[in-house]
Amino acid sequence: MADNSTVTTGQTVSPRPKSGKVSVRNVTKIYDPEGANVVALEGFSMDMDAGDFVAIVGPSGCGKSTLMNILAGFDTLSSGEIYLDGEVLAAPGTKPTPGADRVVVFQQGALFPWMTVLENVTYGLLRQRQMGKAQAKAKGMEFLERSGNLGRIANSYPAQLSSGMQRRVEIIRALINNPKILLLDEPFRAMDTVNKNRMHQHLLKIFQDNRKTIIFITHDLEEALFLADRVIVMTTRPGTLKLDIAVDLPRPRDQSIMASAAYIALKQQAVSAVREEAKRAFERGEREMA
Amino acid sequence: MSDRTAAGAEVKASNSPRSRRNSRWSISKINWRGLFSIACFFLAWGGAVAFELPGFAEIPGPWEVLLTFVNDFLFTKKYWQSWGVSFKRVIWGFVLAQILGIPLGLFLGTSRLFNGLVFPVFEIMRPIPPLAWVPLSILFWPTNEASIIFITFIGAFFIITINIYDGVRSIKQEHIWLARSLGASRVRIFRRIMLPAVVPTIAVGMTLGIAVTWNVVIAAEMIASDSGLGRLTWEGYVSSTPTVVVVGMISIGIAGYLSTLIVDNVERRMMPWRKS
Repeated sequence: MADNSTVTTGQTVSPRPKSGKVSVRNVTKIYDPEGANVVALEGFSMDMDAGDFVAIVGPSGCGKSTLMNILAGFDTLSSGEIYLDGEVLAAPGTKPTPGADRVVVFQQGALFPWMTVLENVTYGLLRQRQMGKAQAKAKGMEFLERSGNLGRIANSYPAQLSSGMQRRVEIIRALINNPKILLLDEPFRAMDTVNKNRMHQHLLKIFQDNRKTIIFITHDLEEALFLADRVIVMTTRPGTLKLDIAVDLPRPRDQSIMASAAYIALKQQAVSAVREEAKRAFERGEREMA
Repeated sequence: MSDRTAAGAEVKASNSPRSRRNSRWSISKINWRGLFSIACFFLAWGGAVAFELPGFAEIPGPWEVLLTFVNDFLFTKKYWQSWGVSFKRVIWGFVLAQILGIPLGLFLGTSRLFNGLVFPVFEIMRPIPPLAWVPLSILFWPTNEASIIFITFIGAFFIITINIYDGVRSIKQEHIWLARSLGASRVRIFRRIMLPAVVPTIAVGMTLGIAVTWNVVIAAEMIASDSGLGRLTWEGYVSSTPTVVVVGMISIGIAGYLSTLIVDNVERRMMPWRKS
């Protein structure tokens, strides 16, 4: 087990949080639609320290989203266990329970369209009865302001915002609950390169200012290497761990890092593994990598 | 969509949607194209009658109709009572259909047990045209008025229910998951997530429902009533006064249009989050 205090040299990020240690042990998930067993995950294991930023890459149908749904408490697992800070989060027979300690940001965006930005952001605080309305509002405004003066859009409805802005609000809606894990399910998938790059910078800043355990699911290997401390490549279905790459690039990072020899070496190492799985998935008739 | 900021991509509309109040009536806002199209319609109609195009021999021209309207209807109590009676039936049928259809649609969409028990019957009843209910309705209800309201209700009820049911089924799973993650109880999720999520389909049901209720009420009045705009039109036919028929038809058109305007307005208020 890794030491909680390890900080890779050259990283100027805020200290690791005390909680948010994730241990996924030998998790298998079998779906049983109409009797045809589909093994979505098979014997998948990974360990994360509190404050780790892990990206999970793999072809469609490799069980990335299944894993995320189990972590978030939306789905059950068939065998294996998941621990969060030493406590069982999911095991066979336990009832999946979602919680504000692990909020998901979805790829299609899931802001509540009928609530204003501020109502969306404060929804968790009010539902968990953490504070009164006025206090929640103040805290919501504070979080919006801190995230690049978003206070000005507090009373807008999501439909009035660009997709990048919507995603920023969603991340704030998750972070305001001070979650132990931030689960990002291909949050920037539908964005063009320019906006995607801006969102990457934004996310890295959040990570540097207020470090959290982050699990970031993506199709995009470059994105994964640019953002994460570790990139896990999964095999095509049944999904299991294929490659676990430590990304030892200094933080804070910017776009220039993508031209560095270290980055290119990592990319070469990962690319062949990802290609191999994408090819297998393609030959099986699954959807291709985006 | 109106005011894009220079930055463009970031904020599409800067003004708060809740504080939007613009003056409705001004000269520049008059729909000139619409007025022109209506004028052209009356001209074409008048022309067709004046030149006795095939089929138009018995049809009155717009001027004749207008004269009949001003002389025999505009200032009579009976004419405006017809409006009142038809509107009352539409409103009753429409509102009852909402009151019963919305909860039924919600239950069909949320409870698998209820759905299994009720939906098959619902699906057999749904294709029956409202007018096919006329005979039974007359036998069943003690008054004519009640049976007409019932038939009007039937017209809107199935459409509204099936729309809500569809709406419930298309609620984004992510919204419910997220609400649970954020700590919302079942009751809260129903009230603050599921209900607003089906509001757009309630609106669709209203738009379709109001159109159908007017269709149905007019036909029902022709068959089974001695009052209302439908009856007025029918009497024009029976008494061989086609000008009356046309007065009735135009009145129905205007009544339906007014109802649509009202419903549209209500819908806009129901969904302040929708882009204008």
